[in-house]
Amino acid sequence: MSIWEYANPVKFIRTADVLLPWVTVAAVICLVTGLVWGFFFTPEDFRQGSTVKIIYLHVPAAMMAINAWLMMLIASLIWIVRRHHVSALAARAAAPIGATMTVIGLVTGAIWGQPMWGTWWAWDPRLTVFLILFLFYLGYMALWEAIEDDDTAADLTSILCLVGSVFALLSRYAVQFWNQGLHQGSSVLRAGAVTGVDTTEKVSNVYFMPLLVSGIGFVLLFLALVLLRTQTEIRARRSRALLARERSA
Amino acid sequence: MIALLTRDLRLAVRAGGGFGLGLAFFLIVTVLVPFGVGPQTGLLTRIAPGILWIGALLACLLSLDRIFALDWEDGSLDLLATAPLPMEGIVSVKALAHWITTGLPLVLAAPALGVLLNLAGPGYLWLFVSLALGTPALSVIGTFGAALTVGLKRGGLLMSLLVLPLYVPTLIFGAEVARRGAEGLAVQTPLLMLAGISFGVAALLPFASAAVLRINLR
Amino acid sequence: MMPELGKYAGTVLSSYAVSLVLIVLLIVVSVLRSRRIKAELQRIEERQKKNG
Repeated sequence: MSIWEYANPVKFIRTADVLLPWVTVAAVICLVTGLVWGFFFTPEDFRQGSTVKIIYLHVPAAMMAINAWLMMLIASLIWIVRRHHVSALAARAAAPIGATMTVIGLVTGAIWGQPMWGTWWAWDPRLTVFLILFLFYLGYMALWEAIEDDDTAADLTSILCLVGSVFALLSRYAVQFWNQGLHQGSSVLRAGAVTGVDTTEKVSNVYFMPLLVSGIGFVLLFLALVLLRTQTEIRARRSRALLARERSA
Repeated sequence: MIALLTRDLRLAVRAGGGFGLGLAFFLIVTVLVPFGVGPQTGLLTRIAPGILWIGALLACLLSLDRIFALDWEDGSLDLLATAPLPMEGIVSVKALAHWITTGLPLVLAAPALGVLLNLAGPGYLWLFVSLALGTPALSVIGTFGAALTVGLKRGGLLMSLLVLPLYVPTLIFGAEVARRGAEGLAVQTPLLMLAGISFGVAALLPFASAAVLRINLR
Repeated sequence: MMPELGKYAGTVLSSYAVSLVLIVLLIVVSVLRSRRIKAELQRIEERQKKNG
């Protein structure tokens, strides 16, 4: 019994079928709890007013935008090293989700920035890096779509994912060098956030708990969507294989 | 390796090889910019380093699909793959040939075009230096993009989408060197970073390009 | 029930609206595609079984 058993597509589909309802329910519960709690039952920030409520969408979405890419990177590595098809397909399945999360992060940030910074968009390092990340997602998905042969596509996209990760990191530091920004530093996990000491420099516990729940909800949502979409990709590939066999017979 | 290099160079210089097209493109972009932003010399002076860098980058991008496309069509790429030369070597030579035919002319032409955009006095030297250091990186990264899309029919647009995000760090540091140079500021830090990117990319990326090319030739 | 959002009501509501629309869109697209592919695969498999 090892984790590689799930590299068998049939086994993966069966397991995913079992898991999917549970993960979906848990995701819905966490998302609804987190967002409703955050939206209706948290006080206004004394400086940001009610716009502080956007944090329950903005921070988890931004977090998942990066985590989705990390997951794709790991899946690509597994594909390159062990050549499990499920892994390559999971990376493919995750890309549109990551791209959507990036857009949510950017859009909510822009809407928040309008009253707070007085501008929709600033060429701030964090914003810029997210925009670049979005371009990477677009390129990655476009490459998957463009290549017909499945294995070639999996190989090429995973190498692109590796090279892209290096360049995304490089861009991050380059952009920081290029412009110091408006965006506040990450305040969610700064010292004391978990132990519960309120300081001015971090997100207060009033906001932290619903944010945590909503963040878990986003993770579960991502998981559910990846399971579903990977199943879809496996089935689509099987259909193509069957059709190809039919034609050649 | 040298035979391959001279062959590529000769093919590029001959009629139909597209040699000089990138240069003409660079010229046109530079000429179009003042029409777009207005002829005030103060403004042009300020944006000149960035515009020249972007123009050079786009001119470079434009000629990327020639790196492998012709060899792919007539099958000589398959021959090269079976040659005793390792794929990494082929890819590096291809990138070098692209740089000599596209990057080098751009580097040499850039100061002349700087005159058109009223580039500030000390900027000429630093523009030249930054392009000379940065365009090899553009060629090497572009070779990776060209290798990724070599077998595709309408690969050109896709290649731009793949390559342009990869150009971001090079562009940032390169344009920063040129801008700081033009404004008379210290250029050491971005210059070192640019050199680091160029050498790092030239050392490592051919392995990725070669892997990609092998997959595409399978 | 609706909390007092003050002068930033539009900001908060629109960001929630945009995010939820995007998430729902993503879910709907994924589910629809999943259904379509599943049905297609079943159809192909059955046809091939019939034809031997």
